Amino acid sequence: MISDKKESVLKIDGLHVAFETDNGVVKAVRDVCFEIGRGRVMALVGESGSGKSVTAFSIMRLIQKPGKITGGTITIFPEGKEPVEVNSLGAKDPRLFDLRGSLVSMIFQEPISALSPVHTIGDQICEAILTHREMKKKEAEVLVVEMLDKVGIPEPQMRLRQYPHEFSGGMRQRIVIAMALVCRPELLIADEPTTALDVTIQAQILKLIKDLQDEMGTSVLFITHDMGVVAQMADDVAVMYKGRIVEMGTVRQVLKAPCHPYTKGLLAAIPGVGSAQERLPTISSVVGDTDIETPYPLRPGPDGRLVSLPPDEIAEMGMVES
Amino acid sequence: MSEDFSKYPAFIHDSFPAEEGGQDDLSKPLLRVRDLRKFFPVYGQGVVRKKINEVRAVDDVSFDLYRGETLGLVGESGSGKTTCARVILRALDATAGSVHFDSEVLGEVDLVQMNGKQLKLLRREMQMIFQDPFSSLNPRMTVGDIIGEPMLIHRLASGKALEKIVTELLEKVGLKSEHRERYPHAFSGGQRQRIGIARALIMNPSLIVADEAVSALDVSVQAQVINLLQDLQEEFHLTTIFVAHDLSVVRHICNRVAVMYQGKLVEIGPTESIFEKPQHPYTRRLLASIPSPDPDVKLNFSEAVVESV
Ligand SMILES: Nc1ncnc2c1ncn2[C@@H]1O[C@H](COP(=O)(O)OP(=O)(O)OP(=O)(O)O)[C@@H](O)[C@H]1O
Ligand SMILES: Nc1ncnc2c1ncn2[C@@H]1O[C@H](COP(=O)(O)OP(=O)(O)OP(=O)(O)O)[C@@H](O)[C@H]1O
Ligand SMILES: [Mg+2]
Ligand SMILES: [Mg+2]
Repeated sequence: MISDKKESVLKIDGLHVAFETDNGVVKAVRDVCFEIGRGRVMALVGESGSGKSVTAFSIMRLIQKPGKITGGTITIFPEGKEPVEVNSLGAKDPRLFDLRGSLVSMIFQEPISALSPVHTIGDQICEAILTHREMKKKEAEVLVVEMLDKVGIPEPQMRLRQYPHEFSGGMRQRIVIAMALVCRPELLIADEPTTALDVTIQAQILKLIKDLQDEMGTSVLFITHDMGVVAQMADDVAVMYKGRIVEMGTVRQVLKAPCHPYTKGLLAAIPGVGSAQERLPTISSVVGDTDIETPYPLRPGPDGRLVSLPPDEIAEMGMVES
Repeated sequence: MSEDFSKYPAFIHDSFPAEEGGQDDLSKPLLRVRDLRKFFPVYGQGVVRKKINEVRAVDDVSFDLYRGETLGLVGESGSGKTTCARVILRALDATAGSVHFDSEVLGEVDLVQMNGKQLKLLRREMQMIFQDPFSSLNPRMTVGDIIGEPMLIHRLASGKALEKIVTELLEKVGLKSEHRERYPHAFSGGQRQRIGIARALIMNPSLIVADEAVSALDVSVQAQVINLLQDLQEEFHLTTIFVAHDLSVVRHICNRVAVMYQGKLVEIGPTESIFEKPQHPYTRRLLASIPSPDPDVKLNFSEAVVESV
């Protein structure tokens, strides 16, 4: 894992997020700590409802009532600038404005919700640029055309005059990605960006994110359920369970030799080629009586990955080449 | 995509045995879809909205669906899978074609020809699990009311009895009984999807159309829901059309697979035959694009990725 702060673009330390409901407090995120190295892709995987989206929203300062960040710090390290401590910014702090869009941008799961139906896509992307940079509209349009071309929208000059409904689902998703990348954010958060797409278009979008990432050095936080996408895209993985990270390491460490029982169960549950019509292993069938509820602090294993297990069990862990 | 796969013929790995005679009742199809079409008009910009074109969302689709089987419906995004499913269940009216359904209450009927009253009778037997868990749940109803509503509408249960059924179902789909009192916004994407599944299952339907029913779920909950669907299939002889993008799930759960491309069915056949010997070039492209969960098996992006149109 990357631990040198200078080399990180994001550092989350002891994050707690809670929701006040009529039936009591839902602790959606508990004591989450991780860092994303500059230029690296970190995948956040785990149970549905385990707090992945809430973690992402916290980075963007988008947690709304009845939700509240109840503890911890989130720090962004912009290249060549002072670090920004996200959760200490006041609601009117101008840096909050920088944070959303120019430092960090987020691709939401449903592309439709990120696009306005009554504005052309060109105007919408221009708007995203002009709110963050001083330039003439003409200049911004050149950038828009360039970016649309990069995300594989043909004849961008013409198509930027069209409205979202005139594009297919896969194209709309690429437009949202263009919008997210046009301000060259230091960190891109992608929350299930390809779940609604067929695998051919998914492959196109993954390649696109990879290419842009290579070219611009963007760091990525990639939230997904698809372990295939994790294996192909990410450098590092954090596995969440009930609001906590239970295992974190390189992709090869975690996917090839999972240590935490929850991670083992998660990987066993992927339908394999030979599994047709059989019952799939579930977490409870894999984990059995093993206790996965006790929140042991994350400790480093012999291969450097972090895992939430009792110390003696960590000592027995095998080593994996990363 | 620059390559146009529509010029290739459709590949049908299996014929329609029911039409060749010699079939006993058991293998009589529950559903016979023939030459189904759904075209959407495209209007011009003028004051008088003149139809200037049409989108051929479903274009002459034919297939049989046998009792107890799960048919996977896969294909490009925008190829007409959801539209096809909605037309079959008459959530949309067909432009042309027929959908013969072997109903428990009405006998064999053509769903395309049914009137509102007949459809209401048939609704209990056919249920849909929707693609979008965010917009398909009424935000002002509690989860318990959402799941129980179909039972109330059809006057099958109410009060404590209904509460008990709802609680059982919640547990079956991996939620808790106390979730009954909460509203949809308080749930994550995957949790909402399970609410939709519970709502569809409460009526004990004979036909379920599941549109991306498990795609928002993490693999462990997904496994639970898949096992649940398979159990119900055995228990109630449930017949399912399973629309999905995740081909490993399709391979696991489906007996047969149908592949759509630009409104047409381009290939249909037994699951193993589709995965082992795909015939249509679009099917091959689709299979080549599946990312492997093994980090040492790299997806060949150049094989999978084509220049986009
Ligand atoms: N507005 C809210 N009120 C109450 N609880 C909430 C609210 N929003 C989220 N939660 C709870 O916070 C927890 C974490 O939700 P989150 O959306 O982060 O899950 P997730 O890991 O992204 O799941 P998925 O993979 O299903 O999208 C869930 O248990 C959810 O019920
Ligand atoms: N109400 C509508 N009016 C006009 N066109 C429509 C309408 N609904 C769907 N279409 C068009 O019909 C085609 C098929 O759409 P459909 O939603 O059935 O695709 P799909 O295969 O389910 O795609 P996805 O995998 O992205 O869900 C698309 O070109 C879509 O734009
Ligand atoms: Mg989420
Ligand atoms: Mg669809």
